[in-house]
Amino acid sequence: MRWLDFLRFIGQVLNRHRFRTLMLWLAIAIGVVAVNLLTALGEGAKVFVLNEVNLLGRKTLIVLPGKKETTGGMPPLSGQSPRSLTIKDAQAISRLSAVKAVAPLVLGNIEVSYAGKLREVILLGTTPSFFLMRNLEVSQGKVWANVDMQKGEAVCLIGHQLRHELFKSSPALGEWVRAGDRRFRVIGVLKETETSFGFDMADVMIVPIASAQSLFNVDGLFRIFIEVKYFSQLVMAKQKITALLKKRHEGEEDVTVISQDAMLSSVQGLLDILTIAVAGIASISMLVAGVLIMNMMIITVSQRTKEIGLLKALGATAGTVRLLFLCEAGLISLLASLSGLVISYAVLLVANTYIDTLQFYSPWWAQLSSLLLAMSFSLLFAWLPARRAASMAPVDALQGQQKRGQ
Amino acid sequence: MIELRHLQKDFKVGGDTVHALDDVSLDILSGEYVSIMGPSGSGKSTLMNILGLLDRESTGEYRLNGQNVSVLNDVERTRVRRENIGFVFQSYHLIPRLTARENIELPMLLAGISPKERRIKLDAVLQKLSLVDRAHHSPNQLSGGQRQRVAIGRAIVMKPSILLADEPTGNLDSKSGSDVTHLLESLNEEGITLIVVTHDQAMGNRAPRQLNMLDGRINDEIKV
Repeated sequence: MRWLDFLRFIGQVLNRHRFRTLMLWLAIAIGVVAVNLLTALGEGAKVFVLNEVNLLGRKTLIVLPGKKETTGGMPPLSGQSPRSLTIKDAQAISRLSAVKAVAPLVLGNIEVSYAGKLREVILLGTTPSFFLMRNLEVSQGKVWANVDMQKGEAVCLIGHQLRHELFKSSPALGEWVRAGDRRFRVIGVLKETETSFGFDMADVMIVPIASAQSLFNVDGLFRIFIEVKYFSQLVMAKQKITALLKKRHEGEEDVTVISQDAMLSSVQGLLDILTIAVAGIASISMLVAGVLIMNMMIITVSQRTKEIGLLKALGATAGTVRLLFLCEAGLISLLASLSGLVISYAVLLVANTYIDTLQFYSPWWAQLSSLLLAMSFSLLFAWLPARRAASMAPVDALQGQQKRGQ
Repeated sequence: MIELRHLQKDFKVGGDTVHALDDVSLDILSGEYVSIMGPSGSGKSTLMNILGLLDRESTGEYRLNGQNVSVLNDVERTRVRRENIGFVFQSYHLIPRLTARENIELPMLLAGISPKERRIKLDAVLQKLSLVDRAHHSPNQLSGGQRQRVAIGRAIVMKPSILLADEPTGNLDSKSGSDVTHLLESLNEEGITLIVVTHDQAMGNRAPRQLNMLDGRINDEIKV
């Protein structure tokens, strides 16, 4: 058979049995779409959790007052230790060679008022490097320039929601707001949708660290954030910081230094379960898709046992018949799988446009394996009945029989 | 040109062995018109299928044009079948998705004949069978007689030396049936070897050589 005639023959089969072609196409495309969408769903959930957990950068360490004996779990947020961390500790850490930046943090609740409007918000006292380390962006104004941790200044930045609630649409920059018994001049507004480290940054006020300490009348720090220069120095820096603080606190190891690894390990079990769940979802949907394709293919090819007998009677070899059916299955499954992938992309695009909280994406291995699965199931289950029919004596195939005399 | 020697075809039905063909020996010369008759189960269809290389004998020897086709493998038998034998079936066996013209073209497609040569042969066959105005109809738009004419066209388009017809008029009314019979006979007059299997006595009696089968044997032979 000439290859052009061969292709034309297959084209006629697909084109003139449109309903059957459509059903087969649907079965294969749905299979591919199911695998991709379900995997994307699981993968999206996994990435969501990972991002939630991934609070610190890879190069970040946190020092908190008090000693936690176990590495797992979050330390108590309001842990008060006998000896608190101080700004001098933070300054000492910043002089270590491996350390790139240090941001001490003080926080507390405070009432903020402006023109008779009163709001209770979380007030953060810190240094300009905090903004860099936590990727906080400022939409109006700017962060104060003073880097001296000891020196207070009556300036503040506020979250966008707080800005809206105090000032409505009038300009906030340059205005003085009252916080506790002090007044601060607004010099900047945080960008919208900023969240950091579990805080909703829309509803906070940020002031220089020394100002916050005197406002709350405390010496201690809530946290010290440290960024090291290179990730490879993280472990060494952690040891050095621990040793330094021990020395500064008269030989007592009364602080805890944590890194992302420690935090991640506490949710590792959760991540493992999610990974298994995604793999499970993917394989179950592949199995279902495979059975769907298998059934359609077997029915499609078995229905044409008579045609196979006829083709053999008219002078087609068993090899030609097998090749015809294999190519037919290959062509339809390739086209259907590809369109299934396109449909998956489209659905995911729409989903990601309208759903903000989760980002769905179908990983490359899911796309590849759904394609391979659809193709191999189609080819296998076209080939099996086609081979059986092609190896029958033409007369048996013509009568559409499995075996004569039974 | 057809030589059958001690042909045996056995089927196993349950635990019993049925002899569909029982020691059949037969010679058919080139250009002959032979009818094979007999009741259901007499083995006439089995004989026909073996003659057409659609089925294999259990034992015995089949020589076609001097060649022992019993020993050939399936691919070689396919080639011999394609070049020498045309089939006409009771239920036409046309492919429904293909037009009349495409059905007739099919054997040439499978044989790998060039499109140009195919067109010439196709036009000639359509002309000969008066199917020119039906060429682009699909089988379900054709009457039974027309469908069988298309099937005959498909059987003769490769110019085989033997035409095997299995109950060619079995599904047709008497008018269409006699048209088909006359068509087959006119092809025989042009030189093709015509072998008709039928249990229609009237049709069988038209052949100059009539074989009667019973229980897998050629029971009786009449030469007119």
